[in-house]
Amino acid sequence: MFGDYSLGDLGAIFAMQGFAGLILFSVYVLMALGLAIIFGQMGVINMAHGEFMILGAYVTWMTSSFFQAYLPSLFSGYFFVAMILAFIASGSLGMLVEWGLIRFLYKRPLDTLLATWGLSLILQQAYRSIFGAREVGVELPQWMMGSKQVTDTIEVPINGIFVMCLTVIITIVVAWIMFKSRWGKQVRAVVQNRVMAGAVGINTEKVDRYTFALGCGIAGIAGSAFTMIGSTGPTSGQLYIVDTFLVVVFGGAASLFGTIASAFTISQAQSTMEFFMSGSMAKVLTLLTIVAILMIRPQGLFALKVRK
Amino acid sequence: MSDEQKTGLHSPLRRKLLMGMAALPAMSMLPRTSFAQAPATAAVNTTGLAVTDTEVTVGILHSVTGTMAISETGSVQAEKLAIEQINAMGGVLGRKIKFIQEDGASDWPTFAEKAKKLLVNDKVAAIMGCWTSASRKAVLPVMEQYNGMLYYPTFYEGLEQSKNVIYTGQEATQQILAGLDWVSKTKNGKSFYLIGSDYIWPRTSMKIARKHIEGKLGGKVSGEEYFPLGHTQFNSVINKIKLTKPDVIYAAVVGGSNVAFYKQLKAAGIDLSKQTMLTISVTEDEIDGIGGENIAGAYACMKYFQSLDNPNNKEFVAAFKKMWGEKTVIGDVTQAAYLGPWLWKMTVEKAGSFDIDKIAAASAGIEFTKAPEGYVKIHPNHHLWSKARVGQAQLDGQFKVVYETPELIEPDPFPKGYQ
Repeated sequence: MFGDYSLGDLGAIFAMQGFAGLILFSVYVLMALGLAIIFGQMGVINMAHGEFMILGAYVTWMTSSFFQAYLPSLFSGYFFVAMILAFIASGSLGMLVEWGLIRFLYKRPLDTLLATWGLSLILQQAYRSIFGAREVGVELPQWMMGSKQVTDTIEVPINGIFVMCLTVIITIVVAWIMFKSRWGKQVRAVVQNRVMAGAVGINTEKVDRYTFALGCGIAGIAGSAFTMIGSTGPTSGQLYIVDTFLVVVFGGAASLFGTIASAFTISQAQSTMEFFMSGSMAKVLTLLTIVAILMIRPQGLFALKVRK
Repeated sequence: MSDEQKTGLHSPLRRKLLMGMAALPAMSMLPRTSFAQAPATAAVNTTGLAVTDTEVTVGILHSVTGTMAISETGSVQAEKLAIEQINAMGGVLGRKIKFIQEDGASDWPTFAEKAKKLLVNDKVAAIMGCWTSASRKAVLPVMEQYNGMLYYPTFYEGLEQSKNVIYTGQEATQQILAGLDWVSKTKNGKSFYLIGSDYIWPRTSMKIARKHIEGKLGGKVSGEEYFPLGHTQFNSVINKIKLTKPDVIYAAVVGGSNVAFYKQLKAAGIDLSKQTMLTISVTEDEIDGIGGENIAGAYACMKYFQSLDNPNNKEFVAAFKKMWGEKTVIGDVTQAAYLGPWLWKMTVEKAGSFDIDKIAAASAGIEFTKAPEGYVKIHPNHHLWSKARVGQAQLDGQFKVVYETPELIEPDPFPKGYQ
């Protein structure tokens, strides 16, 4: 297995695979962060998470088409506008969904699974009706394509670096919101004791709505970022949902730190194994390992200590 | 475009045609079969198919949802176009074609179930459908058990022949071997990296390709990889490709995964105008999603490209765009799907019957001179004689034809030494 490669090659392999793993890690964190907020803080199982991502991707596509047609001189910067619009679009839809659907189901968390699954089917059909069954091609500005040569054998893709930076920024912002801001404290208060939080004057309904919207908005940004590496079609969201839940559950549902740690573990394992065996085999082994670990630790890698 | 819109586009057109025919008795002066001359139903349908004095029902069975929708949408459009055109000419044996469309949803058991529904409940006279080999393999036993007729449009791995299937796409020798011969000769390809999606067609194709590369061409295979359908992370395999530096990347990645694959290749700095890439799974349809700038320079081996320069094709492309919109593109399989209803019509008229057994027997030797790809003919083994062509992907999403085999290639689904 190692025999065919020289020592220098092996060094490059591990460097490049490590980097590929880091990109995968960023992708997983982007996918899972929004879900972890909604699932961890509100107990809502959002099966439509993938469709919120794809909404972000479609918004990005529309923005790129708009810039191409009307503002070609500003095309190189359209991506930043697209990400903001994607956040707003997915966040607003999230708010609407919370108001029209989710808030009636807080006492029945398992029903949220069915309701949001139905929602995901409805959204898929809506995308198909609006944008067509075929995938759309999102054009990237020139500076985001290509790769950076580090050494003779090591090259890193620029959009990979972009996704990584984006992930770092979003993670820091989310962590700040959740742990430092006044609103984040309200969210955590509501999670710990809804009645008490209401009694001290926190508008719990409003907190729920904005938490859900934030989670969906982050999904929108993730979708926007994924147009760089993946496909955008009505059912593309389905490709991500299993991996996303895997990351969140493996990390321990309520813990943001757990989500990040689990994304890192899964992505590095997957990326390293992919190099030495086939892609399908690596995926199977990753899944088996996760199943085994979850049998030993059903609460996931990091679980909040709560009094039961 | 949604299904509602599609039927919306359809019905006014059809209504207009019917009204036109009723208003103009002079139409029967034209060399068309009119209702009055249509043979009696009892004579042309002895097995209880859905054929009436004025109508014959066929099934369209493709995925309009799931990961294969990106590819199969075009086939559905082409089949509907062909049916529309045949109806405008007076139908088949004087009967209008009516179709029932079912969604296989990119799920093979669903395909089998829907095929059974079409044959048993709807008694359709033929089914135009399937794309992946996996879906065809699921449908095949149903077709044989209930004696149906399937017009299957996709290029595929071969190693199959059935009385109940007409293969309107190319089999392995008409695509894989011709393409490999070309790339090894003109691009001096000696080492090949094989990459594909993980199901029957890519795996069998790669097996055939490997035999040909190692046996006939004296080259070597420097890597072989498969990824699950819908996979979107190709960074690892791209790293391997960079390290092994193959002369040719030989790809059979299907559906939406293609978008991720070519975007990531481009992002990783693999320039397809320098690195030779030959794909057997990317048509104009997929480029629509991939984006021309991500794939420009790559070669594809197909039998049909939208850019083919011949009068038949110009007419076909114009009619297709008129029906489905200026922005639609036509890929290899879309054209092969278009052949299905036409070949069926000609076979039925040659047999003078809708009966499946008679059609199966009459199929051999059917010629279609108006085929957009040029000229095709059904071989007794139920595959088509056709040419193989190599096109290079351009920035605008079209292919430039750089090579075509001088002669029609005889279909050989069971090539000796490749099984």
